Amino acid sequence: MSFITRGFSGRGRDRDPRLPPGQTLVEDWPVLSAGPTPDIDPADWEFVVATENGRHTWNWDEMHALGVEDITVDIHCVTHWSKLEMAWRGVPLDKIFENVETSYDYVMAHSYGGYTTNVPLDELLDGQAWIAFEADGEPLTPEHGGPARLLVPHLYFWKSAKWVRGLVMMPSDDPGFWEQNGYNLHGDPWAEERYW
Amino acid sequence: MTHRPAAWHAATVRSVSRETASARRIEFEVPTWPGNDAGAHLDVRLTAPDGYQASRSYSIASSGDSRRVVLAVDEVPGGEVSPFLVHELQPGDQVEIHGPLGAYFVWTPGDERPVQLIAGGSGVVPLYAMAELHDREQDSTPFRLLYSVRTPDDRFFASELEQIAARGRLEASYVYTRAVPAGWHSAPGRVTRDALAAATWPVDRRPRIYVCGPTPFVETVADWLTELGHEPRAIRTERFGGG
Amino acid sequence: MKLDGNAIAGPLAEVFGRDVTLAVMTCSGCHESAVIARAMVYVTAMGSVARCPTCDRALLVLGPGPGARIRFSMPGVSSLELTPDEPDAA
Ligand SMILES: [Zn+2]
Repeated sequence: MSFITRGFSGRGRDRDPRLPPGQTLVEDWPVLSAGPTPDIDPADWEFVVATENGRHTWNWDEMHALGVEDITVDIHCVTHWSKLEMAWRGVPLDKIFENVETSYDYVMAHSYGGYTTNVPLDELLDGQAWIAFEADGEPLTPEHGGPARLLVPHLYFWKSAKWVRGLVMMPSDDPGFWEQNGYNLHGDPWAEERYW
Repeated sequence: MTHRPAAWHAATVRSVSRETASARRIEFEVPTWPGNDAGAHLDVRLTAPDGYQASRSYSIASSGDSRRVVLAVDEVPGGEVSPFLVHELQPGDQVEIHGPLGAYFVWTPGDERPVQLIAGGSGVVPLYAMAELHDREQDSTPFRLLYSVRTPDDRFFASELEQIAARGRLEASYVYTRAVPAGWHSAPGRVTRDALAAATWPVDRRPRIYVCGPTPFVETVADWLTELGHEPRAIRTERFGGG
Repeated sequence: MKLDGNAIAGPLAEVFGRDVTLAVMTCSGCHESAVIARAMVYVTAMGSVARCPTCDRALLVLGPGPGARIRFSMPGVSSLELTPDEPDAA
């Protein structure tokens, strides 16, 4: 059973060529919280990359010393909002993987609080992804994933894991949290890869 | 408790009226409604001509076997469903409703333990349903209500609650957070632990406690009640938000 | 938005065919039990996540799918106890 309620139209939906299909432009920055917001002091923050060969770790200062970049990117949330030309600062994953040896092709990103999301390694390299600390000129707030979040702007924003704490290399493309619960393994907004 | 399976129903608006400056009372006629316990809620689903759908949960202010279902909806500014319900919906319009829902947050007559209702803002709606049923059924359980609300004019079911209290079937106390009536005993402000302890049943009366309101209100009050010594199992909570 | 298990009574009734807010879930992380109504529920535009009131583990996830499809999983529940849903059962 389903029928139309007179006069109800939902929110307005507009178009811009920079918007992938099904997306709407927002000026604010919506927060999507699927759990408690962790409060992490950068002094306690540690980032780990785990491979079949061992672990690599960086503390806050060591991560920054890899080289911080300024970038401007568009972000697209699977919940139909997009934000254009956002200024970010972060360390490209190319720097992190310079000294990491692995034969595995897939990555599970892990966050403080237990969130996970999967991404193929080749979609994190060649200037496609960062460990980000700042957005719009301000340090990332805890609500937006601070002190550090993964930034993978060419995929739906759930791949840009908030409160990121490490990457675990995997031989196969195992699903992360939302990917186990109906969302697409890959998540390309231009192909509208929302669900599976 | 009567068996009342949850299902989708077509609901036709019978009447709408002003509840407060930001809220509206809506009375639906639902021919297939199985009735509902006091405190239950339902989901309202709206469908646009292009197929877009939005749904939200609302507590039911009415109870019993009636095919008449009453909601009191507070407008959440910038919300998608509540502004439509408060400003656009008219008698004769139809919406889909799913319910009755929520066998946890209900009160049924016939239990001797005193009842303590604690409301924050529009969280009073399911608690009003309990107080109204208690009054209508001439139930002998002692009832108290502590209602935290912005101003006297923001009270939901203000005259109904006053009438129930005047009949001696409810002890109601109010905490005003923004503005108080002339001559009120205290300045506007949030409920405190001491005010909570003073206005509610003491622990040795072993009340059944129902708390409904915005999440921070419910969590603060529930923590205080536990600290005061009420058994956690006797405290039933329902958090609401979103519009 | 953080709410509680009452907030997902509707979608859960679509999954189970009845109200289950009084069903008892046992958490596979901390082994504590609680009725669904007492779970901490984070309602988001991607879906709703019901977490253990003791340890915050994700117990139930209700995700949307294309159209009106509901996707339901219980990643953190080691057992779910449903009381009989019979006429006049308390
Ligand atoms: Zn647990």
